[in-house]
Amino acid sequence: MDKKTVLNQTHHDLDARMTPFGGWDMPVHYGSQIEEHHAIRRHAGMFDVSHMQIIDLKGSDCKRYLRHLLANDVEKLKSTGRALYSCILNSQGGVIDDLIVYFMDETWYRMVVNASTAQKDLGWIMEQVGVFGVEVLPRSDLAMIAVQGPKAIELTLPLLNEELREAAADLKPFSAVWDPSWFIARTGYTGEDGLEILLPEADCVALWNDLADAGVRPCGLGSRDTLRLEAGMNLYGQDMDETTTPLVSGLGWTVALNPEERSFIGRGALEKQKREGIPQQLVGLVLEGRGVLRSHQKLYVSDKQIGEITSGSFSPTLERSIALARIETGSPHGFDVEMRGKRLPVKVVKYPFVRHGKVVTELQSKT
Amino acid sequence: MSNTPDELKYAKTHEWVKDNGDGTVTVGISDHAQELLGDLVFVELPEAGRSVSAGDEIAVVESVKAASDIYSPLSGKILGVNEVLNDAPESINDSPYEEGWLFTLKPADNSELDALLDAAAYAKHAQDEEH
Repeated sequence: MDKKTVLNQTHHDLDARMTPFGGWDMPVHYGSQIEEHHAIRRHAGMFDVSHMQIIDLKGSDCKRYLRHLLANDVEKLKSTGRALYSCILNSQGGVIDDLIVYFMDETWYRMVVNASTAQKDLGWIMEQVGVFGVEVLPRSDLAMIAVQGPKAIELTLPLLNEELREAAADLKPFSAVWDPSWFIARTGYTGEDGLEILLPEADCVALWNDLADAGVRPCGLGSRDTLRLEAGMNLYGQDMDETTTPLVSGLGWTVALNPEERSFIGRGALEKQKREGIPQQLVGLVLEGRGVLRSHQKLYVSDKQIGEITSGSFSPTLERSIALARIETGSPHGFDVEMRGKRLPVKVVKYPFVRHGKVVTELQSKT
Repeated sequence: MSNTPDELKYAKTHEWVKDNGDGTVTVGISDHAQELLGDLVFVELPEAGRSVSAGDEIAVVESVKAASDIYSPLSGKILGVNEVLNDAPESINDSPYEEGWLFTLKPADNSELDALLDAAAYAKHAQDEEH
């Protein structure tokens, strides 16, 4: 039996098409995935992301512990409320999960991890605590709504209490404010501006309905996937997993190898891979012709397979198919994808493909 | 609840067949099928003139979510295809039984048409598959 978020009945009442996702019964769309996608690029939409796992870490050793646990360095978080994207690695440098960590205060950090990996993550996180003075607190009492799009903040602010409204109006990207019950971060997974709101389950349905009344469109996981792909954001389990390092997954920028004396889990394996040469890289692809790129489709230079697609879909903004793919380092900028028994040409392009409603990749790539 | 017009016949693989009364049929995919697929973004249609057997994979419809094969519900010859779908695949979502038709076919054997499901049997089949 799949778990239900506090908004489950609301989704059913809105006639959402539901699907099992990471052990949860979640909405794919409420009618049209493409219209939901455009709503977020052009106006505002909201996702129920209560299935994601919120974990609070408390204790005097929090910072020391996270500098050991995470591939990115929480030392970069200079003021409270700042957020950082990071991978958690195993000792081989493989990605256990990706997450956002928020600096609450010297003895309190908050992490948001993926739903499908929540149990595995919690096990690992607790196991690594060891002698660190850290308490691991899963916050299953909190729900989460992501409001995204150029109008998202403007439409959300009037629904907050006065104190939070003023603080949220001044939020910088990748920062958060909170009061004893609500937590509001200017973060997201769409390439648009917006807020992620963590709040008590008891307040969640009312906020969702108020946002809907304010013109924020309910959006399902289908559009969340096409939005994040256009924004060039990795999806755990597709673009990286425990068998791939961040360095072959387009996530080298999230690994803090400086300062050299910080010994985080997986560091040795990453340094070795760098020394020996990074064998693969994650690239953006565009299909010139008709059809839809999908994960696991194979890529060929003449008869030699050079890699495969990790995430592919139709891009509603570009009106053609785009993908992320892992290919051998040094591959050419054009090659073939095998799609349903046929070979079709694809081109390597820079990603992100779309940010803040605008196409930012060059579709006519160099040859 | 999806729409299942009474005057049509249906294959278990979710194609509908309309008897045009002149020895030809029109084929498309059911409302239930388009709902399951979600927004369609690409259609690969068969070639006119091609001879097909019932059950042959003869077309592909792709949604944002997945690609799905379309099987010929009957044996016969493809007469024409709905070229509009090349530029407007969403017609299948908007109007699966009218503007969203896929192809016309001249059946080789009318007993195959009789063997297809009627609306009630198809609606039950679709419901059983969901659960």
